[in-house]
Amino acid sequence: MNSHLFQGSLLRLTAANPDSSADVDALMRWARDSEYLRLQEGDPAMPRSAARAKEILSNAQDHDGATFILRPLDDERALGFVGLWANWTHGDAWLGIGIGDRADWSKGYGSEALRLALRYAFTELNLHRVSLTVLEGNARAIRAYEKAGFVLEGQARHYSRYDGQWYGEVFMGVLREDWEEKDSSSKIQVPN
Amino acid sequence: MASHLFHGQLIRLAAANADSDTDTWANWARDSEFLRLLDSDPAKPWSRQQTRKDLEEEPKPHAFPFVIRTLADDRLVGFIGLWIPNWNHGDGWVGIGIGHRDDWGKGYGTDALRVLLRYAFTEINLRRVSLGLFAYNPRAQRAYEKAGFVLEGRMRQAHHRDGQRLDELCMGVLREEWEEKNSKIQD
Amino acid sequence: MSISDQLFEGEHIRLAPLDPEKDAETESKWTHDPDYQRLISAQPVRPLSPGQIKKKYEEAEKEKKHNQFVFALRTREDDGAGRLIGFARIEHIEWNHAHGGLALGIASPDDRGKGYGTEALRLLLRYAFDELNLHRLTATVFEYNTVALRFFEKAGFVIEVRRRQALNRDGKRWDWLHLGLLREEMKDKDSRFKFQDSN
Repeated sequence: MNSHLFQGSLLRLTAANPDSSADVDALMRWARDSEYLRLQEGDPAMPRSAARAKEILSNAQDHDGATFILRPLDDERALGFVGLWANWTHGDAWLGIGIGDRADWSKGYGSEALRLALRYAFTELNLHRVSLTVLEGNARAIRAYEKAGFVLEGQARHYSRYDGQWYGEVFMGVLREDWEEKDSSSKIQVPN
Repeated sequence: MASHLFHGQLIRLAAANADSDTDTWANWARDSEFLRLLDSDPAKPWSRQQTRKDLEEEPKPHAFPFVIRTLADDRLVGFIGLWIPNWNHGDGWVGIGIGHRDDWGKGYGTDALRVLLRYAFTEINLRRVSLGLFAYNPRAQRAYEKAGFVLEGRMRQAHHRDGQRLDELCMGVLREEWEEKNSKIQD
Repeated sequence: MSISDQLFEGEHIRLAPLDPEKDAETESKWTHDPDYQRLISAQPVRPLSPGQIKKKYEEAEKEKKHNQFVFALRTREDDGAGRLIGFARIEHIEWNHAHGGLALGIASPDDRGKGYGTEALRLLLRYAFDELNLHRLTATVFEYNTVALRFFEKAGFVIEVRRRQALNRDGKRWDWLHLGLLREEMKDKDSRFKFQDSN
């Protein structure tokens, strides 16, 4: 079997901990950054209360698939999250990912989280494809997704409106065969 | 698309209707042989209230229960269902029962199994379907084999009834096996 | 268009409220029609009893979602409530972005090809753009639903996204298409909502 599903060279995939005040604080802190919120989701950006942050952490496993909190290898700090929302009968899942503090952006955390999440999707959940959407203009994210194997599949025009400007919603998808091409670790060794 | 996913040749799969089905359903459990062929649980008559509650309950996302009704006269003759313990493995478990002994041996079970397997492989998209049965149910084993299931193993003496220790059998059918048998069938 | 132009009444059909008591039987039958269900839903098709349908309505009532508008499609053949023939929805509305999803379905093949779908769509578009003041609508269509694809394209929807092999049905993988329509792009803007109809 492949080596550690939950661990990379920079970070590990862990469970959300609603009882950890550090985790609750982290989620609240990320939500003070409205750019982070607007890149993440379409709901009107709102700062998060402790109660709301705790609820998000409690519900993290409340769906088909898995949601992980990203932490560095050597400490418990919550860096961000990555989640897969599975549509089982069609073998597809929606991926969501966020690195919370902008000081942690562009450090390779996102790329590694993507790599681990896709390996999990294809070798543990046994999915056929993974889907995601990303805001038009989020070049950093789109580049990272392409590097991980995602392919552009289209754009919904005038999907979101921020500061009076229209943004499209970019759709991307990675099929198992796309992933196998891009990810060398996808060649799984089964011990004999 | 395959025409009519829920129809076989003798029966159709439908939703349970607590209002009209409760009495018939609860009465099946008067026959202890029916219960003992169906289940490992100690045989117990079913109460009308509990039966009604069970029939009204909304199925969980990993459960696909159906009732079996004859096509000829829309009569309720049994139930069949698919349960997915772990989606990532693409395996589902089948449970089936034809309630009244007068309806046994008429092909209803085999027909229902065929319809369910098509549902399992073309709508739920499983990779295999599993089932368990007891060594003293050769009629069921024949029906399962006719529907494409293969005997995979025995749990020796896992079953104990009427002073006898008997095996529980495991059977399974793989998607590829099913596809091969069904590729030529036009609905 | 002005407030005197009716929102709910088409020529042959109308957008009507749901009636959980009266409609549950019909809706239960529809859930036993897998061909229809496979056109309108990606979820594994499941037959439901009238009781289960009523329960779903009760739960939906309790939830009181503010981002969806669900209509029953009924014929206008009599002065009473009319015959239930399908459904129409504006859903998944994100008010801050003024976008929503559009879905409709006509359950019986006997009721299709009569222009009911076109009428329903016209009423829905007016409702979405002139009552809800949305700016954009999305319709999603499964690759194998060629009738729906033609239907929406005729109305001005544009194929924007092709999610490859996102559906698995009947032993094959299919693409899942997203089509979009912007308010300013409505065909024939002068006599809006009277788009080309050639059933």
